[in-house]
Parts: sequence; structure tokens; C-alpha cells
Amino acid sequence: MAVLVVLVLGLVLLSLTVGERIYSPVDVLRVILGQDVPGASFTVGRLRLPRTITSVFVGVSLGLAGTLFQTMLRNPLASPDIIGISFGSSAAAVTAIALFGAGGPVVSFIALAGGLLVALVVYALSYRRGVLGSRLVLIGIAVGTMLVAVINFVLTRTSVYKAAEALRWLTGSLNSSFWDDAASMTLAAIILVPLALLVGRRLEILELGDDSSTALGVPADRTRLIIIVVAVALVSTATASAGPVAFVAFLAGPIAARLTPGRSLLVPAALVGAALVLGADFIGSHLLPYTLPVGVVTGAVGAPYLLWLLARSNRKGGRL
Amino acid sequence: MTRTPVGETPVASTVKRPASRRARLTLGLAIGIVGLAVASALSLVFGSRIVSMDEILSGLFNRDPESFGAIAVASRMPRTVLAILVGGALGLAGAVMQGATRNPLADPGILGINLGSALAVVVGIAVFDIDSARQYIWFALAGAALASLLVYAIASRGREGATPLKLALAGAATSAALSSLVSAVLLTRTDVFDVFRFWQVGGVGGADFGQIAEIAPFLLAGLVLALFSARGLDVLALGDDLARGLGAHVGRSRAIAGLSAVLLAGAATAIAGPIGFVGLVVPHAVRFFTGPHHRWLIPYSVLFGAILLVVADVVGRVIARPTDIQVGIMTAIIGAPFFIFLIRRAKVREL
Repeated sequence: MAVLVVLVLGLVLLSLTVGERIYSPVDVLRVILGQDVPGASFTVGRLRLPRTITSVFVGVSLGLAGTLFQTMLRNPLASPDIIGISFGSSAAAVTAIALFGAGGPVVSFIALAGGLLVALVVYALSYRRGVLGSRLVLIGIAVGTMLVAVINFVLTRTSVYKAAEALRWLTGSLNSSFWDDAASMTLAAIILVPLALLVGRRLEILELGDDSSTALGVPADRTRLIIIVVAVALVSTATASAGPVAFVAFLAGPIAARLTPGRSLLVPAALVGAALVLGADFIGSHLLPYTLPVGVVTGAVGAPYLLWLLARSNRKGGRL
Repeated sequence: MTRTPVGETPVASTVKRPASRRARLTLGLAIGIVGLAVASALSLVFGSRIVSMDEILSGLFNRDPESFGAIAVASRMPRTVLAILVGGALGLAGAVMQGATRNPLADPGILGINLGSALAVVVGIAVFDIDSARQYIWFALAGAALASLLVYAIASRGREGATPLKLALAGAATSAALSSLVSAVLLTRTDVFDVFRFWQVGGVGGADFGQIAEIAPFLLAGLVLALFSARGLDVLALGDDLARGLGAHVGRSRAIAGLSAVLLAGAATAIAGPIGFVGLVVPHAVRFFTGPHHRWLIPYSVLFGAILLVVADVVGRVIARPTDIQVGIMTAIIGAPFFIFLIRRAKVREL
């Protein structure tokens, strides 16, 4: 846990100081404190700081949302990027970009609406005298597959240039993250993160089973609905700012579970999410021959790491 | 997915009257074959122009190559045959995978086969300039085999071997990594993306008998292995410990079944692109009728996979005339609501 905190702080410092030009941590600190530093005031204050803030909160939101879903449904496959919610955002955004030529904040808004709508549809379809975790996963995957077909279809029905632009959005990118994104992500995080930690504590009671948890004063169905709403809000705001940054929500929980086999997984998963996004963005912008968006790198870096953890661990499954 | 509750009702009734059950299931197979014949006939009749059944028949049996019917048959026959083969292969691959991993979500997508093929094809287009379906086949097969070997190798590390949970997790993580690599190539090479976006929707449109002949041996080998593993899969369904207690070779059964699924799904994906949902939906749907025994599940999955794909292809041609909507998109749009309906009806157990 302490290691994770240090790792995230280190990555924040790295992404603020390193770039085309390297500024010392002292310069960065002076910019943050509001002093005027030639050069750094613009580069750090206008470009790197909002991007870093957005990265941290996107990572935290995705990590929390994924873990809430995975823990509640007791299935590591139940993260929002697998059960269709992210595909809802993507399908809406890609249709808007490729067929109607939308751009900028309109796309973010449409993505948010698409994600919420799909989450509602999946939940409504899974409701049959209560919501069962496995039913929700299966229906989510079905809806997701349908949406992927829609995305792929739209990509074949437009010019290659618009399709390429849509693909760039689909992979998730922080290249256009300025202060407006950072501000909206911060606001969302201030509201949603404490809420997520709060409902997360009820998860342990929920794990005792529906009857026991109701007897203990935690009505199972209503609690599940609240958790879903909070998690979807987290995913949708992150997706609206940065696009569907691939697999952070899916990977953060299992990686955290194998790093810190403690009691609650939410805080470690949030830190792992932030570290994934920060690290991947740094690799994608500075360490590769091409500049690649963060979403390409999160999967390429995070997934092998999870595979390595899986291959190494002799224990059964772990918590997730 | 030891025994889905879905299958329990027919099983319970068979304990009493096995003979009537066998008769019912045989009748079901016969009806399925008739259904496939009807679907194939429709596939010859419908297209950008509707050709009457009379003309089709005369095109099939009179040797006049200039007649309208003969031309329609010549252009639509390979497509129909390919749809039957690919649909059957995907349905069967799904059934075998679900049995081998005891995971109701197992389909070529979730075990990394689709993305293994996709990455290999993308690399082929970008680095080796391949552009014909005949060349895609080899890349896609190699990619599918490598990806599934990787998934299985990672999942089977450790004391208890490849448990369903570890398999699914390893498959999803591998897919995540591979899809990032695919995007990385596509984002930097717009020309590659322009070729790839048409492969990835999945289609049987450009088929010819030469391509079909090339994948046929793989499909046949996969089918033989699947039939060979039917009994092993039934024993695996009892759970690893019980199966071992009964003297079954758990690892070997699973390896044979896995090889069969890779051959079937890899060859199908190579020629038609990643077609979703057939492998997932068909085994679940037929299990309602056949119960969990693979002896029946396997032929039913082949038959109804083929029917689903032929029908999806016909519908895709009819609703968007004179162009067509690729079959991979149609299977998702037809298959997903049906699958949701099934899930809502069934008492799905915890995965």
C-alpha cells in the first residue's frame, strides 16, 4: 500500500518534470504555488499539470468502478469495459464522430449519455425478481457484443479518415486534456470517490448473502443499485474526459488483489488505476518511437503484468 | 458449468424413458437438417436480385453455363457452402470450449483466438503486404494457435491447473494486450486500417471454392477431434476432482478438446473474419433441448450453428439490398437479443 502511494507520487512528479524540456521539481513546485517561472509557467502550468490531474482522476475513477463491479458481482470479468458500459459510450461517440461529424465536448457528452443509457438497459434486462450477478454479466456481454458490431459497422460505412479519427477516440487519449477536463474530472472525483468508498464498505456485508445482509440493515437489491449507479457515474465521467482508456477498470482490481492481499481492495485498486494511466501515458508520449495514446499502452503494459502475476501465483485465484 | 440447470429438465425425464428421448433427439436432428436445406435454398434464391426456385434448379442440374440460374448458382453457391462450414465450425468450437473449460462464457473471443488471429493478420498486412484471403488464413491460424497456447500455458501454471476462472482471466488479459498491439499498428498505419476494418466485420461474401478447399482439412481435423473428445467432456463436466477419481485423464481430455476448438475457430476466423456470438449462443440454445451430453450437443451445435450463419447471411443480404450487411454484424444483432431472452428465462447459476 505504502509502495503504491510512493509509486503514484513518483509518477506524478515524473510526468510533471519530464517532457520536451526537463524542469526541476523546484520549478514545478513554484508553478503550482502560483509563481511566474519563464517557460515552465506555460509548459507545466497549462499543459502538463491539467494532463497529470486528468490522468490521476481517470485512473482512480476507472480503478474504483471496475473493482466495485468485480467485487459486487464476484467475478473478475464483470468490469464495466467487459459488460458493455464502455461500449455504450464508444458506440454513441463513434456514431457521432463518423456519421455526424461531431467533435469536442459534444462527443464527451454523447459518450456519457451512451454509457448511462446502456447501463440502465443492461440493469433493466437483468432485473427479474432481483438482479443476479451472473445474469447481469451475461446480458452485459451480449449487449456489448451487439454494440461492438454497431461500432465495426459504422467504421466500414465512412471514409477512412473519419474512421481513423473515430479509432483514435476509441483507444482513449489524453492529448487534448486541458484545464476544462481537469476541472470537471476533479469535481466529479470530489463527489464520487468518497461515495464509492462509502458504498464499498457495504460490499463486505453484501458478500454474506442477500438474506443476511438485509437482516443486518443493508437491503441487498437497493444497495446493489446504488453501487451500480456510482460505478457507472465514475466510468462515464472518465470516459467523457479521456475516451474509453482500455482495460484499466478490468486490470486494476486483479493487480491490486495480488499486490496487497489485504481486506479492502478499493483504495489499492484506485492507486493501481492511477499508476496505470500515469505510467502508460508517460510511456506512450516519451518512450516510444511513435507517440501513442494512453489507451494503447494501458492494455499492452497492464495485461502482460496481470498475466505475469497470474503465472507466478501458485495460490488459487486470490480474492478476485 | 457442471450441469446448467437449463439442461436438468430433459435429463430428469430421460432417466425414466431413454428410448423416447433418443427418438425425440433424432427427430430434432432430422428437422434441423431440413431447416438447413431450406435456409440454403433461400440463400441461393435471395441476393441483389431474386432468382426463382425454378431457375435455381435448372441452373443446378442443366449444364447450360449461360443461363441466369446457372450464374446465380455459381456466385451464390460458394458463399452458402462457406456459411454452412463456418457456422458449423464456430458452433462446435463454442460447445467444445464451454465443455473443456467448464465456463459458460467460453467462446473463441474470450480465449484470445479472435485477437490472436487479428494481430497476426494486421502484422501480415503491415509487414508482409498480404492482401488476399488465401494468405490471411495462414497468418490467422498461426495467431490463433499461439494466442490460445499462451492463454492455456499461463492458466495451467500452479498446483490446481487450468481452472475455469484462471482460464477466463488469462484469456481476457491476453486479449487486452493483443488488442492494444492491434490498435498500436492501426493508429500509425492508416492504410493497414483501411484493409483491416473490412476483415474485422466478418463476412462470407467473397468466398470461392479454392479458399474453402484450403481450410477444409483443418475443419475436418477439428471435427474428428471433437467427436473423439465427447466422452471426455462429459466426464470433465463432473468437476476435475471427481473426473480424476473416475480415472479420467483430465489434462489430456482438455488438451484434445482445446486443440479441436483452436483448429475449428482459427480456420473459420481466418477465412471469414472474427464472427462473434455463434460460438457463445448456439451451444446454450441447443442445450435446452439436448441436455448436457456432448454426444448430442456436438451434432446439434454443428447443425444449428450452420443454420444461424446461413440465415444471418440471407437476412443481411435482403434488408440492405443491393449491398449487403456483413454476416458478423448480423449474427451479433440477431444473436444478442435471442441470447438475452435465453438468459432471462433460465436460472443461470453463479459462473
